[in-house]
Amino acid sequence: MQIVLWINEKKVNAEAAPDMLLIDFLRAQGCSSVKRGCESANCGLCTVFVDEKPVLSCAMLAVRAAGHRVVTLEGLQEEAEGFGAYIADQGAEQCGFCNPGFMMNAIAMFRENPDPTEEEIKEYLAGNLCRCSGYEGQMRGILSYLAYKKEKGAAK
Amino acid sequence: MEEKRTSVINQPVRKKDAMSLVCGKPGYVDDGTPSDCLAVKVLRSPHAHAWIEDINTDIACKVPGIEAVYTYKDVPQKRFTLAGQTYPEASPYDRLILDRRVRFVGDGVAIVAGENEKAVDKALKLIKVTYQVLEPVLDIHQAKDADVLVHPEENWKALCDVGADNQRNLCASGLDEDGNLEEVMDSCDIVLEHTYHTKANQQAMMETFRTYTCIDPYGRLHVISSTQIVFHVRRILANALDIPKSMIRVTKPRIGGGFGAKQSCISEMYPAFVTWKTKKAAKMIFSRKETQTAGSPRHEMEMHVRLGAMKDGTIRAIDLYTLSNTGAYGEHGPTTVGLSGHKSIPLYNSNLEAFRFRYDVVYTNMQAAGAYRGYGATQGLFAVESMVNELASKLGIDPVAIREKNIVREGQKAAAYYNEQMNACALDRCITKAKEMIKWDEKPLAQDMGNGKIRAKGVALAMQGSGISGMDVGSATIKLNDDGFYALSIGAADMGTGCDTILAQIAAECLECSVDDIVVYGADSDSSPYDSGSYASSTTYVTGKAVEKACVELKKRMCRIAAKMMQCDEEELVFDSDGIRTADCSQKVTLGEIAAKSMNGNTEASQVTVTHSSPISPPPFMAGMVELEVDKETGAVELLDYVAVVDCGTPINSNLAKVQTEGGLAQGIGMALYEDVTYSAKGKILEDSFMQYKIPTRLDVCRLRVEFENSYEESGPFGAKSIGEIVINTPSPAIAHAIYNATGVWHRELPITPEKVLMGMLSHEN
Ligand code: FES
Ligand code: FES
Repeated sequence: MQIVLWINEKKVNAEAAPDMLLIDFLRAQGCSSVKRGCESANCGLCTVFVDEKPVLSCAMLAVRAAGHRVVTLEGLQEEAEGFGAYIADQGAEQCGFCNPGFMMNAIAMFRENPDPTEEEIKEYLAGNLCRCSGYEGQMRGILSYLAYKKEKGAAK
Repeated sequence: MEEKRTSVINQPVRKKDAMSLVCGKPGYVDDGTPSDCLAVKVLRSPHAHAWIEDINTDIACKVPGIEAVYTYKDVPQKRFTLAGQTYPEASPYDRLILDRRVRFVGDGVAIVAGENEKAVDKALKLIKVTYQVLEPVLDIHQAKDADVLVHPEENWKALCDVGADNQRNLCASGLDEDGNLEEVMDSCDIVLEHTYHTKANQQAMMETFRTYTCIDPYGRLHVISSTQIVFHVRRILANALDIPKSMIRVTKPRIGGGFGAKQSCISEMYPAFVTWKTKKAAKMIFSRKETQTAGSPRHEMEMHVRLGAMKDGTIRAIDLYTLSNTGAYGEHGPTTVGLSGHKSIPLYNSNLEAFRFRYDVVYTNMQAAGAYRGYGATQGLFAVESMVNELASKLGIDPVAIREKNIVREGQKAAAYYNEQMNACALDRCITKAKEMIKWDEKPLAQDMGNGKIRAKGVALAMQGSGISGMDVGSATIKLNDDGFYALSIGAADMGTGCDTILAQIAAECLECSVDDIVVYGADSDSSPYDSGSYASSTTYVTGKAVEKACVELKKRMCRIAAKMMQCDEEELVFDSDGIRTADCSQKVTLGEIAAKSMNGNTEASQVTVTHSSPISPPPFMAGMVELEVDKETGAVELLDYVAVVDCGTPINSNLAKVQTEGGLAQGIGMALYEDVTYSAKGKILEDSFMQYKIPTRLDVCRLRVEFENSYEESGPFGAKSIGEIVINTPSPAIAHAIYNATGVWHRELPITPEKVLMGMLSHEN
């Protein structure tokens, strides 16, 4: 069936089979940052925003996104660069395959809770698996990004 | 006067592709290849062992959009191996693309290619197969010389003398020994004997196996695959499809993790066969379930250890028998098993008078195993390190002190390590540093916290190799370009570990330029210089050395071109970071000028290729210490602190070495506590998704503290050894040790789940 939705602020009018998952729909629309790591909603790689809330796009039908605003990492390049630089400075991006889902959820966390504790960070991102980094480098990157934001805020 | 350039070695240089990865830019197989190609899927066997009596594809072929359905009748009948190893491969040639005999639940039965996944899924359901179900071999102890043969076929073949015999279900067997074992054992004060068991862990890289294939403008098969081994894939596919190697080109884009899984040619042959037959582009993306059930996990091993020692803790003799389960096919079977002994026994070299290492690798009707980080050393170290901890406990000696008494030291020759000399070894310093970091001497082995928890500490050591000595080769081509920047071309595959950047750092150091001045390209079997591939902890040590040598040669080459420009003798010239000058500084041409000259009326190529192979494989070393708490009520284990100190020679990139270590520790923790592969009575894997196969989340991994104690390995680039694999080895034995200290129970089988801990405590009390 034909659905209308917004992908990264752009209105999209496209065909979606009733059983098509949002992840496949988005990839077909050119949002290749959206990755699949499992079939059981366990890995977090496919995280996107639907109406500003992080969701697993592998666990949502494309048709259910009709009329909604979907954002993928393609639509958040500036934020991704700003925060991502701190991950890159740790070498924690590693293979990178989990990065888009991790970045999306981290950005969601920063918006929701600009000053999280280490425990809160771990809790919030618990659903984002990474097999390469051991998570420590990601944590260091997040903490130094938060420190930088704080410093910048204080300077204002 | 120019500023003195600072070294880029052992610096936290950002990975060249880092920003593109964090921003989610397309780079992987499924991002960069067209999607309007044939979708390829494989019908998989529901039986652990069966003979296909009849297979009817007529109805399946009629599904609209189906391009082709292939069965065993359609494929070449020459056997091959999927193992990415140097030819002649140690792994037996025991595979066909599709076989009439299916050997594990998940083995290929038919290949379906169609316009879209839906049509393919439909066709898969419409293939009618009549199986003659055969008795499977599902017990590793019964496999050798069993009545049922996994590979009875006549065209099974072992290329190397690895003690393989398909008529005995043997993929390999062997013996290595030194000294008079029984005599030494007899004169020991104490001889301990135990059996340890590790499972078929999954690499669980986030990007599953995947390959895109098409026919290029020259009529050749172009394979774009997520692989660690482009050159081996070319040979394996030529064998599988029975076509000339010249007809195949293999390239790799970004890889979403490998850990050894992609050192076997798991997904490539299916779409390659489809494309070769139909001349149409095709793509196969493994599901997670397929990756978990028809991938290439770690070899399950059972290790029987006998250790002879004196009352004062002197370790005099080690006897190890490893029984390894290669599953239905022999990929990496004969080689992984070797590491279980050769990378565990030599750790205790100092007082060792005799050792014996025997092994059998058996075929069974279980998922075929492959290469996984650590490659057999991980399994062997779990056994030997646990045994040394048991010895310390029996003798009432501090487990670190007993190691300090027995460990291998710099300068020693190790009979159990191919008689190699340990030229660079900082293991003693690693232990000292780890002890300080975790305050080992200030803490008891275990302490009841009074809140239902017992806090305990544990220790383990590890070693690995750096490349495969005398066999695997690394090459580098380096070329001077316009304006004086360099292009480095390699056949090694960056699978996320950062080798593109690490090799660029080595080149930048040699050529006294910035890492940004080095452009890296790899890996393409058509244009890259030959490299065995990224495995066996070889890239930094072997390929890195090739890069270093290539830079030396390029400098000479640039001097030759400059000599013509300056009309002098090339011997009078020296390289000077941004150009070539005369020794007395009277004359100089810049790199840009040399590059321009090289493209204008020139007859000297401004590029060189150097190939390197090492006759030795210097081991990196490591000490790991853990502090954890066991819940007395539930058996739950909570990690509190893990310290790891690594001697990888010189770390080339300090960030990447650290993150490699942390990532390896997390995987090791998963192996120790959660990750299990179990089979139903009929041979079906139960952990076929991330729902059941639990890899650690960030809540499961504790504080990981990583430090380095450098040694200097003369034969490596800037003193480097390897780091990629060793880092997974210490968690299992260290955690098992701490759990013993907490509960009084040795867990000799992995993973050590809360149920096992609890049951252990309960039976210990009684
Ligand atoms: S793909 Fe794994 S959670 Fe969506
Ligand atoms: S970086 Fe490879 S899975 Fe996270």
